[in-house]
Amino acid sequence: MSELTLTVMRLGFLAVLWLFVIVAVQVIRSDLFGTRVTQRGSRREAGRQQQAARQAAAPPQQRGQQGGGRQRRNAPSKLVVSEGTLTGTTVALQGQTITLGRAHDSTIVLDDDYASSRHARIYPDRDGQWIVEDLGSTNGTYLDRTRLTTPTPIPLGAPIRIGKTVIELRK
Amino acid sequence: MSSTTNSPTHHTSTIGAIGAPSRRNTELALLLFAVVIPVFAYANVGLAINDQVPAGLLGYGIGLGLLAGIGHLAVRKFAPYADPLMLPLATLLNGLGLVVIWRLDQSEKLQASKTFVEAAPRQLLYSAMGVALLVAVLIFLKDHRVLQRYTYISMAAALFLLVMPLIPGLSAPTYGAKIWIKIPGLGTLQPGEFAKIALAVFFAGYLMVKRDALALASRRFMGLYLPRGRDLGPILVVWVMSILILVFETDLGTSLLFFGMFVIMLYVATERTSWIVFGLLMSAVGAVGVASFESHIQTRVSAWLDPMREYTLSRTPNGDGLVHSEQAMQALWAFGSGGTLGTGLGQGNSDLIGFAANSDFILATFGEELGLAGVMAILLLYGLIVERGVRTALAARDPFGKLLAVGLSGAFALQVFVVAGGVMGLIPLTGMTLPFVAYGGSSVIANWALIGILLRISDTARRPAPAPAPNPDAEMTQVVRP
Repeated sequence: MSELTLTVMRLGFLAVLWLFVIVAVQVIRSDLFGTRVTQRGSRREAGRQQQAARQAAAPPQQRGQQGGGRQRRNAPSKLVVSEGTLTGTTVALQGQTITLGRAHDSTIVLDDDYASSRHARIYPDRDGQWIVEDLGSTNGTYLDRTRLTTPTPIPLGAPIRIGKTVIELRK
Repeated sequence: MSSTTNSPTHHTSTIGAIGAPSRRNTELALLLFAVVIPVFAYANVGLAINDQVPAGLLGYGIGLGLLAGIGHLAVRKFAPYADPLMLPLATLLNGLGLVVIWRLDQSEKLQASKTFVEAAPRQLLYSAMGVALLVAVLIFLKDHRVLQRYTYISMAAALFLLVMPLIPGLSAPTYGAKIWIKIPGLGTLQPGEFAKIALAVFFAGYLMVKRDALALASRRFMGLYLPRGRDLGPILVVWVMSILILVFETDLGTSLLFFGMFVIMLYVATERTSWIVFGLLMSAVGAVGVASFESHIQTRVSAWLDPMREYTLSRTPNGDGLVHSEQAMQALWAFGSGGTLGTGLGQGNSDLIGFAANSDFILATFGEELGLAGVMAILLLYGLIVERGVRTALAARDPFGKLLAVGLSGAFALQVFVVAGGVMGLIPLTGMTLPFVAYGGSSVIANWALIGILLRISDTARRPAPAPAPNPDAEMTQVVRP
């Protein structure tokens, strides 16, 4: 067997051995499952459209900080529970979606037999206007005296009634 | 469940959970790769030594392929979510070991020695027995937590296995270390390899129960948490046991392996650095103490400190009554002559090491014929097995499984360290086998069983969690009746 062939085989074998190690490490890398981050819409316009579309369809549970410039001067800064077992509870409004209901993962967990597991949610639209939406609850969500059928903007200080609980937005 | 974040530049990303895939096809592809590499090596050795492709190539390839295939089918059937890397890594190491053992069988110098036997066919048989044991573990061990029930039984079993080489009828002392037993008609067995697994089961079961007492009841002194005197009991018992192994079986490796495994598991169970400090101190005291009167260990230490002197003494009869061996120096020369890229498979002179060239010193052959690049790759393969074991421990949901996986992979890592370090002259040489690679039935069989248990734990750990219990909030909402 010629010297050259043996040299080629020797180096080839080392290369194949290392290739196996590298492939194995790649398998480990792809095995780090758990979360997947999908980038959507890199441009400002695209991002806005996406956001608007999501709000109309199925807005997510939580939302990061809205841009500071979007805050209206007259915007409410906190949500206050004014009646019910949670009276006195306040939640700072920082652009996040607030969910209400008996489910443990709600932002405000209602201990109220007349509330549904996922009763309603309160979220800002893209102009910073706060919206309340009934999530198909059994007994309904009332803004003042009217039962909500569509997502509705919340005026400052207007009472929102869910079962025995009343909440309102304040400055 | 998904959440959205809006960064100031309006990049929108969705973060969602991905279920654990079973990865069996990845495993199959890697296994094919892991069978092809040793076949390549086998052909390479044949071409280098005899100028022709060896006649046994097809049989060898089919044999290894069958082993890998049976292992894979068993995993696919009985542990579908198990780690995809462990089986290919173990198969590759086993295959490379077979090739190098066969390559040393071809050496005329070794064939001339009195004790020569064709080692490669036997090793293939042992590998088959090992894979059979792996399959048996996967079939009969449906849930690793069953082992927890046998905590103290496995302690007794481990002690019995460790003491076996000292029982007069069974003992088969070889080359100074009493770690073998004779089974009439079958050959010799190294019960210590199996004791490793039994001890890991015992330590995991014991520490799971006792870890709170060991972790919390302690005083702080100079930045270290000092355990209470009575909590020192178990570590003292294990220490005394490993010292006794050292004294009566004169085997530094086994002793170091068991004590090190206990300290690793103790550290993982309690998160107290002080145990590591205690463990290092105690093993240093023990090793120095025993070495002061045990001549077999003194020989090993002096061979480690000055291998060249040992080599000269073995060449010139001097009548000091001690057995001198040129192995350590020959192994270092083998590494040295390998250089960075090695001499090529089948073209080295590592057979100069003598009778243990295919067992304790097999890494020296890799060092000479594959060079630094090859040895690094081999050590990385071991590192990956250990990494997958620790990863399994991280993913396991039950404390017993976590401790058992850490213990088994820790023992595996320690064994590789003790052998590789010994052959390379980092620590005194001890008679242990390089897992999967070195010639030796007990070692190969026990390590396949070890991989089987790790596969079982990782299958349980990576299996998608069962559907959550019905939400207690889902009870009926009362309806307001106007």
